[in-house]
Amino acid sequence: MSAVLVSGLRKNFGATRALDGLDLRVETGEVHGFLGPNGAGKTTTIRILLGLQRADGGTATLLGGDPWRNAVDLHRRIAYVPGDVNLWPNLTGGEAIDLLGRLRGGLNSERRAELIERFDLDPRKKGRAYSKGNRQKVALIAALASDVELLILDEPTSGLDPLMEVVFQDYIRQAKEAGKTVLLSSHILAQVEKLCDRISIIRLGKVVQSGTLAEMRHLTRTTIEADTATPVTGLADLPGVHHVEATDQRIRFAVDGAHLDEAIKALSRFGIRSLTSQPPTLEELMLRHYGDELRANGVDEQVSA
Amino acid sequence: MSTTTATRPAATRVSGRTRPLAGTGTLLRFNLRQDRIRLPLWIGGIALVQISGPSSYEGIYPGAAERQEQATVVGDNPAMKALTGPGHGLDDYTYGAMMTNEYLGFMVIAVALMSVFMVVRHTRTEEETGRAELVRAGVVGRYAQLTAAVLAAALANLVLGLLIAAGMAGQGIESIDWTGSLLFGAAYAAVGLFFAGVAAVTAQITEHARAASGMAGALIGVAYAIRAAGDMADSGLSWLSPIGWAQATAAYVDDNWWPLGLAAMVTAALVATAFALSDRRDIGAGLRDGRGGAATATPFLGTPAGFAWRLHRASVVWWGIAVFAFGFMYGSVIQVIEDYADNDVVQQMIEQIGGASITESWLSMIISILAIVCTIFAVIAALRPRREETSGRAEPVLATALSRTRWVATHLGIALGGGAVVLLLSGLGLGLGAVAATGDAGYLGQVVGATLGYAPALWLTTALAVAVFGLVPRAAGLSWALLVYAMLIVYLGGLLDLPGWMFNLSPYTHIPAMPADSFTALPLVILTAIAAALIAIGLAGFRRRDLEAT
Ligand SMILES: Nc1ncnc2c1ncn2[C@@H]1O[C@H](COP(=O)(O)OP(=O)(O)O)[C@@H](O)[C@H]1O
Ligand SMILES: [Mg+2]
Repeated sequence: MSAVLVSGLRKNFGATRALDGLDLRVETGEVHGFLGPNGAGKTTTIRILLGLQRADGGTATLLGGDPWRNAVDLHRRIAYVPGDVNLWPNLTGGEAIDLLGRLRGGLNSERRAELIERFDLDPRKKGRAYSKGNRQKVALIAALASDVELLILDEPTSGLDPLMEVVFQDYIRQAKEAGKTVLLSSHILAQVEKLCDRISIIRLGKVVQSGTLAEMRHLTRTTIEADTATPVTGLADLPGVHHVEATDQRIRFAVDGAHLDEAIKALSRFGIRSLTSQPPTLEELMLRHYGDELRANGVDEQVSA
Repeated sequence: MSTTTATRPAATRVSGRTRPLAGTGTLLRFNLRQDRIRLPLWIGGIALVQISGPSSYEGIYPGAAERQEQATVVGDNPAMKALTGPGHGLDDYTYGAMMTNEYLGFMVIAVALMSVFMVVRHTRTEEETGRAELVRAGVVGRYAQLTAAVLAAALANLVLGLLIAAGMAGQGIESIDWTGSLLFGAAYAAVGLFFAGVAAVTAQITEHARAASGMAGALIGVAYAIRAAGDMADSGLSWLSPIGWAQATAAYVDDNWWPLGLAAMVTAALVATAFALSDRRDIGAGLRDGRGGAATATPFLGTPAGFAWRLHRASVVWWGIAVFAFGFMYGSVIQVIEDYADNDVVQQMIEQIGGASITESWLSMIISILAIVCTIFAVIAALRPRREETSGRAEPVLATALSRTRWVATHLGIALGGGAVVLLLSGLGLGLGAVAATGDAGYLGQVVGATLGYAPALWLTTALAVAVFGLVPRAAGLSWALLVYAMLIVYLGGLLDLPGWMFNLSPYTHIPAMPADSFTALPLVILTAIAAALIAIGLAGFRRRDLEAT
């Protein structure tokens, strides 16, 4: 059974179309990456899944229930970390963790202590004294210390430093081993790449790609650099080969996943001495999907930054 | 982070560290732009009420004889003096003298509030939300934000003062000349500026915008109370209050400018203090350092009710203490009223008016004012869910197994129940003050009962706030309109001879004004029923609507 099943979801805010027929399927037990640039509709989708907002059209099923009508019952089985965590100025971090955990139905105090230690959080500080990263830790600890079936995390590490990011990844793997389902929204590509079994790429309120990382790599270009015994000729004419740069015995080109085999066969006729291939990163994957738009806006260098 | 399209910095940039005022002009324009709707409403509303004063008084007191009669009412009665002012020009009670004595002292509260909200909004609120950090990271000097906030408030007060001066003098009403009107407008502006200075200081002291506004607002109350007590007893106490200074100008009577000079000096000192304090703290921090707190929540805090209580606890305690003190202060001056009531002529006059003793009439009026003040607490508490919603704190809470209805109900319970407790405490204060002053224990029961009678009006006003929250959350601020209206009716209704339906719009009018009137249950039942219906509507609306995101 799917933990999350969304089809044709639509949501407008006045003239803004936030979701435009979004389909999403998260299988039970998988870590699912929900990837897209700012404003794509990730948060809106999550809010609808949590029954905080109501969809204008389409259907959404969460753990077999209706997120709007069965909200309270479903919430016992879900832990949520918002992208922008705001805490109560006069409550300490420790109090906020307990509060959120108990309102959900209780939390494991051993795990709570361990998480506070690993995330290096001072639970005695008042909410107003925490930085963005520390506020996020509070929400993460409250979520990870609860025994729930589904974790919904909306850009949960945007304020964490790299060390804490590693701790976070550890706990997500643990959650997966424990059989929990994780929906992880992000625009940080490396994070999704490391953690997720499957990925859905969202853009302008629609999922444009969905599948395993391997399936997506198939759709992308690999960059090949090779030294050959004799100068390579005729490679640029092959289908799926792009950006050929050749100097004497050295060649560099990009090739579509579907044509990799033919290109390497052609290359081997010139006597390969050394070969490096760079697998496509999710950045490139994103760039291929948003490339036209991004290039038009002149911001492509920022995405890959 | 990586996909944000940052705006390029402008070409000419100088380091903000070296120029503490760099960027002030830009910030000032930005502040005024942010306030482009709110500010004209404040200024226009205040000016309108003030400017329509003289012409309505022309209708109520057409001749010198009627005006002199009013002079004896407000001049001889200490209770009226407490409500109005020191009474300059009572010998020849012109329309101008009436404005300074009867309008100015009360209306400047609105100007003070406008200034406080404005300064806090552009300083501490910005810091609390973290926006200030963004701004200061740009090329903006250390003092720019505070300077821009104070300048914006100064500009607003200047415009308001000029508008009032022109609006008053422009009507060509006898005794309301240009000289007096300019001073009158300046008195408004001076009080506004004074409290802008107060807010500039409180915004440095606390880390929270609400606490900063609250402190400055409490000082407005203190300024009003000091003036009331001073004028009532004819002691020099009013000289400790900026509202007293405004009325000491005796605009339209003696036209003294120098009290405003005093105001200007103290205001300058306040602003200087604010700047000095701002040097001694980090951005986002208060002057007081937070200490370490509890590492775990108590079992009670983990429950929905305990959670709500924790958020309201400090507010309930402080409001309780404040209204008790406020009530006690009024109660303890009752002896002055009783002495005055011994005068036979006065006795006749008052009995003709109300059919009750002057002491009872006075108590009834004070109680209705206390009830409205206590409602401020209840409305703030009832709107807490809205603040939780807009700050984004409601989102993780409502994503737990806590239902929307239960969540609002916990806050509402504190607003309604806590409101009744605060009301009770104000009545206790008033009653005990009266008992202490007169030695007549009979006052206590009488006053406490009369005060509690206002609970249904408090509930109705609170329930209206809940209905607005549920149905049109963006208009939640409008919930205050009914309270402001009720306050205006209490203060100006009697003076202005308004039509009956305008009185009836205020729920507080329908409560039997005990002890002057006798008790009737029906209006209380009806108001409570309306309150219940409004709450049901509000809850149903909230269950159906989207939670608004930040
Ligand atoms: N409450 C709202 N009112 C108006 N527009 C909104 C609101 N919430 C989201 N949007 C708009 O909907 C779109 C999707 O936003 P969001 O779901 O927050 O994107 P993401 O989380 O992927 O960055 C954006 O264009 C955003 O501006
Ligand atoms: Mg988002």
